[in-house]
Amino acid sequence: MEANSATAHQHQEPVLKDVIPVVNPGHNFETVSDKISSIVLRERTPITLIMALGIAFLVMNLLMAALTKLLYQGVGVWGLNTPVGWGLDITTFVWWIGIGHAGTLISAILLLMGQKWRTSINRFAEAMTLFAVACAAIFPLFHTGRPWFAAYWLLPIPNTMALWPQFRSPLMWDVFAISTYGSVSLLFWYVGLIPDLGTMRDRAKNQIVKMIYGMLSMGWRGEARHWARYETIYNLLAGLATPLVVSVHTIVSFDFAVSVIPGWHTTIFPPYFVAGAIFSGFAMVLTLLLPARYLFNLHDFVTMRHIENMAKVMLVTGLMVFYGYNMEAFFGWYCGNEYEFYMIYNRMTGPYWWVYWLLIFCNGVAPQVLWIKKVRQNVYILWGITIIVNIGMWFERFIIVVTSLHRDFMPSVWGMYAPTIWEWMLYAGTIGMFIFLMILFVRALPMIPMFEIKTLLPQSKVRHKE
Amino acid sequence: MAQIFPKNFNNLAKISIIVTALVVAIGGGVFNLIVIRSSYLTQAQVAIEQPIQFSHKHHVGGLGLDCRYCHTSVEDSAFAGIPPTRTCMNCHSQVWVTSPMLEPVRSSFETGKGLTWQRVHNLADFAYFNHSIHVNKGVGCSSCHGKVDQMPLMWKENTLQMEWCLQCHRNPEKVLRPKEEIFNMEWEPPADQEVKGRELAKQYNIPSKELLTSCSTCHR
Repeated sequence: MEANSATAHQHQEPVLKDVIPVVNPGHNFETVSDKISSIVLRERTPITLIMALGIAFLVMNLLMAALTKLLYQGVGVWGLNTPVGWGLDITTFVWWIGIGHAGTLISAILLLMGQKWRTSINRFAEAMTLFAVACAAIFPLFHTGRPWFAAYWLLPIPNTMALWPQFRSPLMWDVFAISTYGSVSLLFWYVGLIPDLGTMRDRAKNQIVKMIYGMLSMGWRGEARHWARYETIYNLLAGLATPLVVSVHTIVSFDFAVSVIPGWHTTIFPPYFVAGAIFSGFAMVLTLLLPARYLFNLHDFVTMRHIENMAKVMLVTGLMVFYGYNMEAFFGWYCGNEYEFYMIYNRMTGPYWWVYWLLIFCNGVAPQVLWIKKVRQNVYILWGITIIVNIGMWFERFIIVVTSLHRDFMPSVWGMYAPTIWEWMLYAGTIGMFIFLMILFVRALPMIPMFEIKTLLPQSKVRHKE
Repeated sequence: MAQIFPKNFNNLAKISIIVTALVVAIGGGVFNLIVIRSSYLTQAQVAIEQPIQFSHKHHVGGLGLDCRYCHTSVEDSAFAGIPPTRTCMNCHSQVWVTSPMLEPVRSSFETGKGLTWQRVHNLADFAYFNHSIHVNKGVGCSSCHGKVDQMPLMWKENTLQMEWCLQCHRNPEKVLRPKEEIFNMEWEPPADQEVKGRELAKQYNIPSKELLTSCSTCHR
């Protein structure tokens, strides 16, 4: 796609005065490669990053402790019991899967729509997607209690039970949706890395580092043939990934919507889950990108244009999600079904009322300040908003999973759910693992696609002199 | 710039991809189709050491004892029953009274402390199994336990894996016998088993295959 940029830019691009550029002026091919690759190859690791890595590592060990306890003693160490059979595990699973969506959206849909501002942030967001999917996968796997059997329960592998998994169950579809999503995201990310890995190989000084990047770049020499194949496969993968943006969270929402529990059994779930996923995904990209931009001084490549655009995506998807909340409440009353009405009444005024209203504040009210341009351009306020949204989206899943279950059809089985320390440790541990992996990523790979940034430079817009 | 890798690395890279794929495919296939059903893992066909070398071959095949002489509760209980030492002593207070091989039986009888037989058929705790329903509905001993009258030391004839249970639960008419043949070790399905089996199923009131293979029939 960018290969024909030489012809695509034949016509003069309109010059807009107040539009902030996607790459700050004053860069050429050399400075771009230099700036981005030297973060990995030349510069000393900032002490802040080392400290962050240490803390993330410690937090990640909570994951090990929580999983060890879980496997040693069984799922009884969690606070789950009838009627609440899904708790923090599934809440957090959906939260992580949602976070991953920004990566796919940025890499696939924005690429196909020719949005140039995706270039600086796509690799970062895709890496985030991969790590978020890895964190997410832990929960459904371990909530089975015996993850070593889960292969047979989740995947149709010939087995000694003479049984297949239930193909009519959305839980089964979920396995396929998420594994497809994980593998396409990984391929997309890796293919996009290959030309840059070649650059890294050429710029590395240490022989071992050269060999590692050399192997990873799969013999990339930057030939015209290589570029042609690269463009083909990259666009094909983008095409494959595009339906995934919508399908994955749709199917995750089926885990709930196909059941008959009031609060789960609604047709609004698929679109509202997808919007929520993109909402939380962009919030998480900003949460991580803003500190990284400051730490590595990437202001030239991650400009206010990117930040503002992401804030706008958050505002739009946030409004969709808020619409979803309002519709849930409206239909609770309008459908005339007493169980549905009680469900929404209980959410607002029942024992978990404060979670519901916090959710409305975090996802519905707080993002409204993004209408103001000054707020969108203030990194500190914006960062604060992204944190609020991250928390809000977690509360949303908690409300969906727990409040729908804890009031069953029969009052005799009503119950309450409170997560135990082991569940909180597991949750905290995955956050630690996520940050740990992100830090390793920014330290070991070029976090901004160098070759794609170059296509945005004036230097790439050379024309034949006729 | 000097080359990082020698030229043959191109081939090496391709070969390593193919070899990895083959190893994963073949290894996975062998494990999943062969190893998990092997007697190494299932302990099927492996004779189990017992505190006394009790021979079913001798007692059933040679002397012609009925299964129910020792396994008394097989017709009316979930558990077929392991005989107490007194059952052994019914005969062994009269025959082989000085045999050193039977010393543990005699001392067990004197002290009242039972023999510690090693379990041969250990079904997983999450599977519900009842001997009486099988024996009363036309499933003979040898259908599951094999030709016990030819086993010097006892072994598990079948894997007890779920696919093995389902073989019959999906097609019960293939193994059903008339009531009088249940304890017959020599019974083989006759040529017209298909027809006879269907008749017997009706006679025994064997429920539908849906019920026989329903999850909660065995996992309660």
